[in-house]
Amino acid sequence: MKQTYLLVKSQILKTNIRGCKVFVRLLGVFVFLIVGIFSFSIAEANDFESSLKDLGNKSRSKIKIAVKRLGNIGNPAALPALEALKDKHLQISADGSLIILNESEDQGRDALSGNPVDLSSLTLHKPRINNSVRRVLSMAIGKLKLTSDSPEVRLQAAGQLLKRPSTDLVELVEKALDREDNDEVRKIFMLVLAKEGLKSDDKNRRLKSLNIINEFGNNDFKTDLEALLEKDDTGNFLEGDSEIRDHATKAISTIENRQFFINQAANLFYGLSLGSILLLAALGLAITFGLMGIINMAHGEMLMLGAYATFLVQNLFREYLPGIFDWYLVIAIPISFIVSAIIGIILERTIIRHLYGRPLETLLATWGISLILIQSVRLLFGAQNVKVANPSYLSGGIEVFHGVVLPYNRIAIIMFVVFVVISIWMLLQKTSLGLQVRAVTQNREMASCMGISTHKIDMYTFGLGSGVAGLGGLALSQIGNVGPELGQLYIVDSFMVVVTGGVGKIAGTVAGALGLGILNKFLEPVAGAVLGKIIVLILIVILIQKRPQGLFAPKGRMVDN
Amino acid sequence: MNGSHIKDDSIDTTHGCILYLEQITVSFDGFKALNDLNLYIDDGELRCIIGPNGAGKTTMMDVITGKTRPDHGTVFFGQNHDLTKMTEYEISHAGIGRKFQKPTVFLNHTIFENLELALHTQKDVWQSLTQSLTLEQREIIEEVMETIGLKEQKNLRSGLLSHGQKQWLEIGMLLVQDPRLLLIDEPVAGMTHQETEHTAELLKSLAGKHSIVVVEHEMDFIRSIANRVTVLHEGHVLADGKMEDVQNDPKVIEVYLGS
Amino acid sequence: MIKKFIRLHSLREWIFIFTILAIAIVLLPLFNILVPEESVLHVPNYMFALMGKYLCYALVALAIDLIWGYTGILSLGHGVFFSMGGYAMGMYLMRSVGKEGVYKSDLPDFMVFLDWKELPWYWYGFDSFIFTLLVILILPALFAFTFGYFAFKSRIKGVYFAIITQAMTFALMLLFFRNETGFGGNNGLTDFKRILGYSLQEPSTKMSLYIITTIVLFLSYILSRYVVQSKLGRVLTAIRDAESRVMFSGYNTVHYKLFIWTMSAFLCGIAGALYVPQVGIINPSEMQPSNSIEMAIWVAVGGRGTLSGALVGAGLVNVAKSWFTVAAPDYWLYFLGTLFIVVTLYFPKGFTGMLARFTSKEKSKESA
Repeated sequence: MKQTYLLVKSQILKTNIRGCKVFVRLLGVFVFLIVGIFSFSIAEANDFESSLKDLGNKSRSKIKIAVKRLGNIGNPAALPALEALKDKHLQISADGSLIILNESEDQGRDALSGNPVDLSSLTLHKPRINNSVRRVLSMAIGKLKLTSDSPEVRLQAAGQLLKRPSTDLVELVEKALDREDNDEVRKIFMLVLAKEGLKSDDKNRRLKSLNIINEFGNNDFKTDLEALLEKDDTGNFLEGDSEIRDHATKAISTIENRQFFINQAANLFYGLSLGSILLLAALGLAITFGLMGIINMAHGEMLMLGAYATFLVQNLFREYLPGIFDWYLVIAIPISFIVSAIIGIILERTIIRHLYGRPLETLLATWGISLILIQSVRLLFGAQNVKVANPSYLSGGIEVFHGVVLPYNRIAIIMFVVFVVISIWMLLQKTSLGLQVRAVTQNREMASCMGISTHKIDMYTFGLGSGVAGLGGLALSQIGNVGPELGQLYIVDSFMVVVTGGVGKIAGTVAGALGLGILNKFLEPVAGAVLGKIIVLILIVILIQKRPQGLFAPKGRMVDN
Repeated sequence: MNGSHIKDDSIDTTHGCILYLEQITVSFDGFKALNDLNLYIDDGELRCIIGPNGAGKTTMMDVITGKTRPDHGTVFFGQNHDLTKMTEYEISHAGIGRKFQKPTVFLNHTIFENLELALHTQKDVWQSLTQSLTLEQREIIEEVMETIGLKEQKNLRSGLLSHGQKQWLEIGMLLVQDPRLLLIDEPVAGMTHQETEHTAELLKSLAGKHSIVVVEHEMDFIRSIANRVTVLHEGHVLADGKMEDVQNDPKVIEVYLGS
Repeated sequence: MIKKFIRLHSLREWIFIFTILAIAIVLLPLFNILVPEESVLHVPNYMFALMGKYLCYALVALAIDLIWGYTGILSLGHGVFFSMGGYAMGMYLMRSVGKEGVYKSDLPDFMVFLDWKELPWYWYGFDSFIFTLLVILILPALFAFTFGYFAFKSRIKGVYFAIITQAMTFALMLLFFRNETGFGGNNGLTDFKRILGYSLQEPSTKMSLYIITTIVLFLSYILSRYVVQSKLGRVLTAIRDAESRVMFSGYNTVHYKLFIWTMSAFLCGIAGALYVPQVGIINPSEMQPSNSIEMAIWVAVGGRGTLSGALVGAGLVNVAKSWFTVAAPDYWLYFLGTLFIVVTLYFPKGFTGMLARFTSKEKSKESA
């Protein structure tokens, strides 16, 4: 107001008739504008508030009008109320304020301010909505989300538009695209527009859309593209323009190539994941076999016991320390190692050491041990699988490409396995215990002559191998079912890893495990899981033919068996 | 090569030589067990190979019998049999027999059965399944048992024999095999003086019809049997000649016989 | 030639063998047919199928003793050869059902269930018994020969060989579990009606099958005895004890191992073929690794390298199994596991070994 007054004053001071007239006219416009803006914003604010209030109106058509208005106004503050209305959690109080209730309907917040309110002091009325109201609600919510401040919300809204396109919103999207600076969101907006653009009459528009799809599109667009290549009953193309058809064909092949690449990348990841687990399962076996020349048929059960140990730790935490439940996994790591290691050592001392030098008998005796262990677990814990839950930080995954989610638990396992392998390698190469183990592995008699207690080394090594298997069981518990026969599933594959990769060098076991894991995963989509396994087995037998030296007979003068 | 014995005249010894080892090199993980070894054995001779431990004597035998393949070099039996291209059992069939350093008789079989197994005859599956020993073959076995002094114990499990007796049994197995070339690795280790003499006589009687290569450390024994002695050192031939010459060779003294 | 067979056993031993044979083939059937049911001495009908089953297992044990006890080759996958013979016979029995299945179709029931319209090519011929017989005699042996050829030629031995056989049976089990493979999937082949025209439910058929199995076992035993007592048998034990020494003595050990391996598979296949009509079903679980490993323990319990030990061991363990499954099923695996451990640790010579020690102690007591 002060501004106006000054202006008027200064203009009155100038006694130019023409200028006076013009200025007066300008003044009038200006004043009108200022007043208009203020009153408009006031009106708008009033409009916003009254529309909000109308959300609780008894008349459904009034609600619909209110919703549309809120969508057009574009104020994202309306979003909580609109969504609550859609989910039937919105209530209106006697004095017209909107309350949003929680799931159990015992607590409420004010829709605008977000402050909690005391429900007991209010009389609440629930607005009724029907399907047509819901449709309008979805539209308005979509509009508001598109213009939200948060890029994640915009991304999500755009993604939903891709799945369920709506012609009305296209205009909004175009506007939003202009304003959009986030690349990811821009991409989705362009794809939404392109999807609509395919239906346009304007050929250039259609071509432009095809180009966008070619560059950014994924498998979801295939049906739209293939529709362009459809023929009618007489065999003629529905889409008359051949240039369009060519572009569509090109786009289809680009998308398929992209998908193929994505599939192979996914296969590679899952192959690595499988390989890492196989590695953990087979590493202990390779160590004991390399050292003592015995195959421990109960090795799979060391895995299984580690998994059950994890299960027990989880239960303990759940019951006594629920607040830090997520940390159960951290404690379970040493526990699963120790449990399996101790059982392994007990077995070595009581049974296996008496069978030294008789590998075939050891095979049978350890098979007997495995039977006993499985049956004991069956009787103690039941024959069914038990549930081991992922801690929260391992749930979910990251979506790397469209439709390809890398689960966190598998990523974590790969990293865990790397850590374990490096630790074992360092143990074997850098510590004196490791040196003794390597000495006994290469030449038992000589090592014994040098004063190394081969008995103790056998014991420690067997414990180590079993402990590593226990860790493997822990890993398995995070990605699969835990049951008494868990070990049996992995034992044959573990043997194959040991046979392929050879013994004596960790690198061999790593190569064998990863190789078999990846090979398995790549064969699966082609030949199916069973045939894939058979092919792998045949390949191993052939491999052994070509390279038995690498796997069996060490060079030099060796004692026969 | 189906188990049939190669007739003697199929081994070409027109040059008088029955075994050729030329430029043999064998390395294990970088360590050269045999280093450009050259050795020639004449048909019918009795040669002794001596040398310090690790000189490559046993590896050389491994190469000849096909247990180890050389990295370089050629091994020929007569002029016409390339041993590097034959399997162990083919080489055995060709007429090369070996007595190992450690006695490797079949412990769970009787003395008679050991000799029966070693006896040179058709050794394919069908023959083993259907044929029994002929009278002639029995006589050969009996004769050899006599020679090695184990006739009394013929039905005894050979695992129950003493070390010296096992050595004898192994020599016996070599005899019934009737090979053209005998490779004998430390035959008198652990034997008494008498037994050693007996062995020396036996070997001397075999030379001529057979060619014999003996590896030994026992100097007296070698002196009593050898015409020609070859000294191996670090995988190749250090000296070669009559016993007296070799004994006095300064290189040999430095490496082996001296100090 | 006949002399050779006669010399396989001493007179006392022959008398012993033929007595057992007579009891099995003559006495027991008589006690079933002639003795009234209420009497204690009556041999009930179901006994014959049960004994037939045990006899088939005994034949398997014999086969395993040949390769393991005598040649030192441990196979953890002999279930494969057993199952091949079993499936071949099963296929013949399925074809013999004709149109009398649940679906009244020419095709076996499970194929109708899977909505298949015609017989797969590999089922052709199994309506003929002669063809089936040829498959039983040739297929397991042929498969074993091929597998063994590659394995032995590459000098795969010991535990490596054992593991590979285990993987082989595991892979085949997985293959047969698939419905698409065409052998009944995880249900296998069952619901047989007749064999060679005779109804399988009839007691007389069961008795005949039992008698045939006994005779086959007897003949297999004689054949095996002949083999192990020939020079070939001595070569085999030499291979078990010191294979490279045998090679240096001029024997192609690959041929020998291949021979006994194939013969073992041959016998195993026959055992499987006799097993199926008596038990009434064949499914992929016969090929699971644990079955094959159990077969090895039969031989270990009885005593390796004696042939008779294999027969005894198979009988003992399976009788125990039947008892446990009825009386204390939860504890069978404990018993079996402990058996594995105790026999390998303390009784490497098995039951017959214990018996021998006992009788020699008696003998030395006598002479003392």
